Amino acid sequence: MVIKLASAVLAILGGISGAMLLFWILNKLVESLGHRWEDRIKPWAFAGPAILAIGVYLIYPAVVTVQLSFANATSTTYVGLANYKDLLTSSDFLGVLLNNLLWILIVPAGTIVLGLGVAVLADRLRPRGERVTKTAIFLPMAISMVGAATIWRTIYEYQPEGETQTGLLNAVQGLFHAGPTFWYSIETLHLNSLLLMVILIWTQAGYSMVLLSSAIKATPEETIEAARIDGANERRIFFRIIVPQIKGTIITVFITVLIGVMKVFDIVYVTTNGAFNTDVIGRRFYNELFTNGNAGYAATIVVLLMLAITPVLIVQVRHFKAEEAGR
Amino acid sequence: MTDIMDPPRAGGSRTKPSRRSLRAKSADGRGGGMVTGAATWPVRIVLTFACVVWLMPIAGLLINSFRTRDSQFNSGWWSVFGNPLDATQWTLNNYDRVLSSADANGANMGEAFINSLVVTVPATVIPILIAAFAAYAFTFMTWRGRNVIFVVIVGLLVVPNQVALVPLLKLYGQLGINQTFLAVWLTHLGFGMPLAVYIFRGYMSGLPGEIIESAKIDGASHFTTFWRLIVPMSVPALASFAIFQFLWVWNDLLVALLFLGRGENTVLTVALQGLQGQTGQGRELIPAAGFVTIIVPVLVFLSLQRFFIRGMTTGAVKG
Repeated sequence: MVIKLASAVLAILGGISGAMLLFWILNKLVESLGHRWEDRIKPWAFAGPAILAIGVYLIYPAVVTVQLSFANATSTTYVGLANYKDLLTSSDFLGVLLNNLLWILIVPAGTIVLGLGVAVLADRLRPRGERVTKTAIFLPMAISMVGAATIWRTIYEYQPEGETQTGLLNAVQGLFHAGPTFWYSIETLHLNSLLLMVILIWTQAGYSMVLLSSAIKATPEETIEAARIDGANERRIFFRIIVPQIKGTIITVFITVLIGVMKVFDIVYVTTNGAFNTDVIGRRFYNELFTNGNAGYAATIVVLLMLAITPVLIVQVRHFKAEEAGR
Repeated sequence: MTDIMDPPRAGGSRTKPSRRSLRAKSADGRGGGMVTGAATWPVRIVLTFACVVWLMPIAGLLINSFRTRDSQFNSGWWSVFGNPLDATQWTLNNYDRVLSSADANGANMGEAFINSLVVTVPATVIPILIAAFAAYAFTFMTWRGRNVIFVVIVGLLVVPNQVALVPLLKLYGQLGINQTFLAVWLTHLGFGMPLAVYIFRGYMSGLPGEIIESAKIDGASHFTTFWRLIVPMSVPALASFAIFQFLWVWNDLLVALLFLGRGENTVLTVALQGLQGQTGQGRELIPAAGFVTIIVPVLVFLSLQRFFIRGMTTGAVKG
């Protein structure tokens, strides 16, 4: 334990002083080159280490992953499109994709509706009440998915019939003399997946609430007053005046939650580990890579995920460029 | 991760005060402009209910973590509200066993806690300097390729880290650093870099340009300007990123699972996940283990909440 702590302290000191030294040396080297070269090379001395880290940890591996997706399980020979064909024709994997689609359709929308609802209502409380409410809703954001799944055992837990039910849902069911239900096994209407989505929404609603709340507060008073003078009711004002003005923030929240949802892994891995038709691509990827040791399938799954995220990426870049132009 | 941070430019989110008042209205939608705090009882009840529902699972976990094995299994966590003074149901034993290394079912969360700290602190601190230098170059220097590279970084914000894992696992295997802290530090350093550079650049480009100009006129080099001016002025952005990265690394399961595994270097999230399968002996320890896992991020979050929220909102409100 002492050794570990020492190594952590060493890593911090070494990492920081190492980085400082690196930049200092790079800077000195560049400055010794004389003015003409200095201006050209200095940006690379400053940005170089970060660009290198991004290249080594994201860009280079992404290229290799694409390459591996055309290779066999142990990455020894190329197999063309076989991995893609195998996965996209397996009804099992298509079921996984369907599950992901459900997550995508439900979680971002649910997060926004809940966050917006709390933001609008809490806005009417006194500042202190508003602060307390928001903290309560926001708090789960600090909790890991593993922690959240553990926490939700207090609600979803199941004991065999005849034993005391220690999960809230089953205890409530017991009051109505309905038998205990092993919730994670109920595939009807994807109920089990829905219950897992609830956990994710629970952690994310606060994020959406905070962003939407400040967007609502930033809408100009006059627009609302004008509508009110024209005789619009509150519902109309909300949907016709406020929502259009906070559309940009809604999109921001939607994209952020969407990306999180597309690669969701922890919740499913910790609760059902993909059983009972709850599997998602994030967990399937881990399973192929680690449990089955099939690097080909694992890489193919990630490439498919990348393709699915590409439209989001394009929106993101466009959004950024538009914002830059407005600076 | 669109727009999580931007510099606090005009019209940010700190427009809390009384101009809100006109919009605070009764829930039925009639009633004119009332002052803030004009929430009607239905609104208060709905919000109180929402807060209770939101915090209830956490309360359940906390309560169970202090209950004996028997009371945990023979009655639901809510039953303590009926007999809170019955001392026989309460115990600190769960925490004792969870944290000790001697208990066979305890998953040794004490050591995992240390491991989590060992992983998280360097992985949070080290990227900051590297990213800040890069952000300076992207903001205050003109060079070929600057815009193209930055657009690539913006695009990478949405790219899932999974794209890197298969090759990294192979690479670390070849280098022989699988299952070491070094592997995890480096991985988080790389994965956190796009967000860090993006956040810092967004903040720096909102800093008053005149100050940098006058520093240049006074003959200060970029290096001096960076250290003496930009870093001190960017502290809010640096701190915001530090909080994000700290929560992200502490709460991460996938990277820890792949590159540290379940050996002696295992972190809290992985250890807690390992406990979930317990059905017999040790099941009573899950709530305490869960609480040990979440307590640090929750405290960090609660104490730095204002900072965190300000960081998140100032940019995004512009929409």
